[in-house]
Amino acid sequence: MLEVKQVYKTFNPGTINEKTALNGLSLTLADGDFTTVIGGNGAGKSTLLNAVAGVWPVDAGTISIGGVDVTRLPEHKRAPYIGRVFQDPMMGTAATMQIEENLALAKRRGRPRTLRPGITRPEREEYRELLKILDLGLEERLTAKVGLLSGGQRQALTLLMATLQKPKLLLLDEHTAALDPKTAAKVLDATERIVQRDKLTTLMITHNMRDAIVHGNRLIMMYEGRVVIDVSGEEKRKLTVEALLDMFSKVSGSDEADDTMLLS
Amino acid sequence: MDFLIPLLRSMPGAVGQGLIWGIMAIGVYLTYRILDVADLTVDGSLATGGAVCVLLTVNGCNIWVAVLCAILAGMLAGLVTGLFHTFCGIPAILSGILTQLALYSINLRIMGFGTDAGTRASLAVSVNDFDLLVSQRYVREIALRNPILLLLVLTALLIGVLYWFFGTELGSSLRATGSNPSMAQAQGIDTKFNKVLGLMVSNGLVALSGALLAQYQGSSTADMGRGAIVIGLAAVIIGEVIFSKVFQNFALKLLSAVIGAIIYYLVIQFVLRLGLDTNDLKLLTALVVAVFLAIPYWKGKYFSKPGRKGGRTHA
Repeated sequence: MLEVKQVYKTFNPGTINEKTALNGLSLTLADGDFTTVIGGNGAGKSTLLNAVAGVWPVDAGTISIGGVDVTRLPEHKRAPYIGRVFQDPMMGTAATMQIEENLALAKRRGRPRTLRPGITRPEREEYRELLKILDLGLEERLTAKVGLLSGGQRQALTLLMATLQKPKLLLLDEHTAALDPKTAAKVLDATERIVQRDKLTTLMITHNMRDAIVHGNRLIMMYEGRVVIDVSGEEKRKLTVEALLDMFSKVSGSDEADDTMLLS
Repeated sequence: MDFLIPLLRSMPGAVGQGLIWGIMAIGVYLTYRILDVADLTVDGSLATGGAVCVLLTVNGCNIWVAVLCAILAGMLAGLVTGLFHTFCGIPAILSGILTQLALYSINLRIMGFGTDAGTRASLAVSVNDFDLLVSQRYVREIALRNPILLLLVLTALLIGVLYWFFGTELGSSLRATGSNPSMAQAQGIDTKFNKVLGLMVSNGLVALSGALLAQYQGSSTADMGRGAIVIGLAAVIIGEVIFSKVFQNFALKLLSAVIGAIIYYLVIQFVLRLGLDTNDLKLLTALVVAVFLAIPYWKGKYFSKPGRKGGRTHA
């Protein structure tokens, strides 16, 4: 479903801040793979997701989704294939617009925006039903401005929006990191349900190793812009945090699997 | 009485002028509030609208066609600003300044079209000779040709069309572009296209306002748009300060910008009658807008309740 081949990305080349974020990264996701991504700060996790989403062009390599080469497509033209939830709860929704308006925008992802009504009556009923899966009571507040919602509610709404039009690929960039533990669990729970229901091919970045082990059928660890650990199936099911840390220090040749990866 | 009677006699004129600038204020609202861009093109495109309209009218063109052409010219100006911003990557505010500056020369050329010199700083159009849509002369008459009547109808029509447009898929995507560009892009919305579109619609409205203003005062001048953005902002802000609690609906928000413009001109008339020099008007306007723009910031900075995140803890 997703094929990333030999992708390179260097930020601020030729300056003192030069940073090679992706260093010949290759990754292939099969249809329906739910892959969790872990790695220390600066390992290139978010860069990988941004490269796939097309936030900026990559320096070299190719990216294709469902057999379509999207390497040269701008962000909004890749959007038909991709559902995205950001780390920052403020980024995925339009605060000055209503809940139902946000959903209606997401419903039209990948379609031309015409002079037809921005939202219709049957849609409202549909959204009311869909919001119930989040279990946050948002179905009663369709016309509330999204800016009035809490971070967790906005993140859950973003998740719903990302999956309203079934995407070929779901990208989750530490989407529960900014939430309190209880809300984070709730959003993660909704994520699990939606991904299972629609059998979505998913890339989920997380700082939480336990979450990375519990969720999904495959786990990759990134280090210095490359995938260094890739486990799936039975091997992943048996994985423990300790075993993972052990594998990491072997691969990276250091004890860098530090507190930042363990905490949270 | 010496004060009150002239003041009252000047009220209809202020209302007429306020309505014309109200259309301009709607244009400013679209960029400033919906697109989240302070578009300075308007200082130029207002005069462009006036220049195009008057030039065509004095050359025998039908007045409605002339107004339509003025709108198109304004949209073209918006297109240029939009391309400076999206295609050339120039910051929005600077893009507007560049277009505005360029338009000053262009406006001189438009008004000087067909003359030996090729440029002209003003162009007169008399309601005696041409069938103008609005004229200051009739503003105190109780008759069909009173400009206020047509302006009211026109404003209602514009608000209606904009209300419909911003409810469509395209209009919603434009609102999303202004509200949260990263969300818009993630939802497959071409934010660059929408920014250009918004700037075009806005400047089309501003040019319409300029075309009406030129007819109303009987001439277009190269300077007629100077400080227009500030007047537009003043109208938007006055409208919000007074009506934001009551007017939640989008159409009413547009209306509050129009009412803001009328109030602005009523107040101007008042202070002029009090003896303020006309030359000091722009200073006064700038100060008033600066204060009103500062108030929300001051509120957040100096009057927010303690105890919030980052606030000082009290022993």
